[in-house]
Amino acid sequence: MSLATDPRWSEALGHLPDYLGNHVRVSVAALALGLAVSLPLAIISRNRPVLRGALLGLASIVQTVPGLALLALFYPLLLALAALTAAWFGVSFSAFGFLPAVLALALYSMLPVLRNTITGLSGVDPGVLEAAQGVGMTPRQSLTMVELPLALPVMMAGIRTAAVWVIGTATLSTPIGQTSLGNYIFAGLQTQNWVFVLFGCIAAAVLALVVDQLLALIENGLRSRSRLRTALGGLGIAALIAATLVPALGRSHARYVVGAKTFAEQYVLSALLAQRLQAAGLPATTRAGLGSSVIYEALASGDIDVYVDYSGTLWANQFHRTDIRPRAELLGELKTRLAQQNIDLLGELGFENAYALVMPRKRAEELGIHTIADLVSRAPTMSIAGDYEFFSRPEWAGVQKTYGLSFRAQRQMQPDFMYAAVASGEVDVIAGYTSDGLIAKYDLVVLEDNKHAIPPYDAIVLLSPKRHDDEALKTALRPLLGKIDIAAMREANLRASGNDASSSPDAVARWLWEKVGR
Amino acid sequence: MSITPLIAYAHVGKSFDGGRVVAVDDVSLAVAEGEFLAIVGGSGSGKTTLLRLANRLIEADRGRIAIEGEDVSRLDPILLRRRIGYVFQSGGLFPHLSVAGNIGITPRLLGWQQAEIAARVDELLDLVRLDRALYRDRLPHELSGGQRQRVGVARALAAKPRIVLMDEPFGALDPLTRDALGDDYRTLHRELGLTTIMITHDMTEALLLADRVAVMRTGRLLALGTPAELSASTDDYVGELLRTPRRQAERLGALLPRDSAA
Repeated sequence: MSLATDPRWSEALGHLPDYLGNHVRVSVAALALGLAVSLPLAIISRNRPVLRGALLGLASIVQTVPGLALLALFYPLLLALAALTAAWFGVSFSAFGFLPAVLALALYSMLPVLRNTITGLSGVDPGVLEAAQGVGMTPRQSLTMVELPLALPVMMAGIRTAAVWVIGTATLSTPIGQTSLGNYIFAGLQTQNWVFVLFGCIAAAVLALVVDQLLALIENGLRSRSRLRTALGGLGIAALIAATLVPALGRSHARYVVGAKTFAEQYVLSALLAQRLQAAGLPATTRAGLGSSVIYEALASGDIDVYVDYSGTLWANQFHRTDIRPRAELLGELKTRLAQQNIDLLGELGFENAYALVMPRKRAEELGIHTIADLVSRAPTMSIAGDYEFFSRPEWAGVQKTYGLSFRAQRQMQPDFMYAAVASGEVDVIAGYTSDGLIAKYDLVVLEDNKHAIPPYDAIVLLSPKRHDDEALKTALRPLLGKIDIAAMREANLRASGNDASSSPDAVARWLWEKVGR
Repeated sequence: MSITPLIAYAHVGKSFDGGRVVAVDDVSLAVAEGEFLAIVGGSGSGKTTLLRLANRLIEADRGRIAIEGEDVSRLDPILLRRRIGYVFQSGGLFPHLSVAGNIGITPRLLGWQQAEIAARVDELLDLVRLDRALYRDRLPHELSGGQRQRVGVARALAAKPRIVLMDEPFGALDPLTRDALGDDYRTLHRELGLTTIMITHDMTEALLLADRVAVMRTGRLLALGTPAELSASTDDYVGELLRTPRRQAERLGALLPRDSAA
């Protein structure tokens, strides 16, 4: 099948009104907020060198924070703030999605606007300022009738830069729950759907270019004092915003939102859950690509209704437990703990997605390594690779302590590339995931953890507090419980990592239901 | 010669940099209604500072300045500036406003009606001898230096002031344009009954245009009088300033004998 006729293009196109609309809305809101804050600040600080220096310094520092980190920071910040306002004023707001994205992006837009406004205002000919005073203008009249109009072309250039930055960076707001063109990119990267990645990148680039050109038209119109060009540019921007608002108005609001974290298995499972809800006549949609720490809070605060997590993850991350309990005991205690927060643990899906030390089967057999304990004597000459969080997780500390394990070198890798790296011998061992389909594909073997250093990671279905009494929801999802074994999940994950039309999360979820559902 | 001075400086002083630089030092000066006074001096003589004290673009440290009999320190500086015309060195036009927009600015600040402003703009374009239809909508960068300065003069006159202050208005122009503009302004001054103070570093220009000439040096008023009174001055600096116009007049008189003109 050629790239041009790939049906995933039309699937991607189907998401466009939603993703593009959200992208434009969050970008416009962020830019508007950024302008509303930076313009007055720049004007106030134009004759105050100390304030000006401080502002520009601060904005520059913000600029050096990577976009993803800045967005991620705002989520816990707003969460704390929401808790505070709820406690003090009884007013609560959602710290999920739109708000943190807008705030972080607005902060990001400030530097070019501040810098260009200050430059533009200080570039006004002193002779002209004198004339403004001489003809009898008040300082405010001088600002609005002379200084701002003269600085406008330079300010507009700054606004253009800010707009392009915001539109580009908005693709990173997907993990904090804001739908954007980044949804294509995050989903595509995780499920190796390069059509989606390409589509997302092109869409974001085209949007940035169009907005940049429209703003350039306005800038040009202002510079050459051509009302026509200014008006045309303004009209174009207005039309763009209006076009993205239309689908938002007509959009049917799905009642149930299924969350998913940022990896392929989660995309498949969220699609499966949503399909089961729809099959039961419950309107449902997915909100995929959510950060691991964001998703639990989103469930607790009701921004999503249901998602699949893993017992060991919650144990360590949410409840900060470092002790390791047998599987059933851990599940039981987790259920009680979750219930205290009004979160229902509906049940287990039937498989575990645990961390495991993995190496090529052939090499393991040659060296006579079957368990982690067998690895101990060899480890000092070996290298290990793990995902971005593994080496800072309690599991790794537990494994090192329990077995006295120490490697020559450790590397962090994108999870999708780890398996190929260990298969090719680039690293000796990886900390993989037991349910990963690539284990079978590359003929790898999971080393046994006979001292139980790694906690159990049962896949469990969690329900939001507001769905506590929702029997229809529970009935629709119960048929999945206990049905998905590790072999089925591995195969589903392997399918999802394929790079063709049958590997979309929806298609794999349907295949999985065919396999386990009856 | 003046019974009711329209502009009066009394023992006015102004210094900058915490008193280190004395720009204007104990100057007293009265300008009668209808009078055209030129202030001549080199750069740093304090002549521009003295001019700006009158409409409070700069605030005086000492002394008293009265405009139409009122102490300026008791007036709102914004309203004061709107009733005094001011012509800037190289026009000082607002580059983003059309000729009409520039001329009509003070009336606009004073809240005149649109139609009233438009009519006044056309009237002023006629007065400064610029074609209404041709120049009304042009931007300053589309004008020659002389045309810009004509617009500058029209702007100063827009709100019908009794007083006009001019800061080296013709300094940056070529000699021909400068001469024509000077003559035209002199006519306007007389016909409109204006009271004018003009700053210049060019003694010839001062002598040709003004009723009286004030000479300033290092912040002090050295001499004040009609051209004839000045020529009787014993001050060395005043003599030095008068030497150039005198020599020019003699040489031109010799080079261009009156009866040889065609």
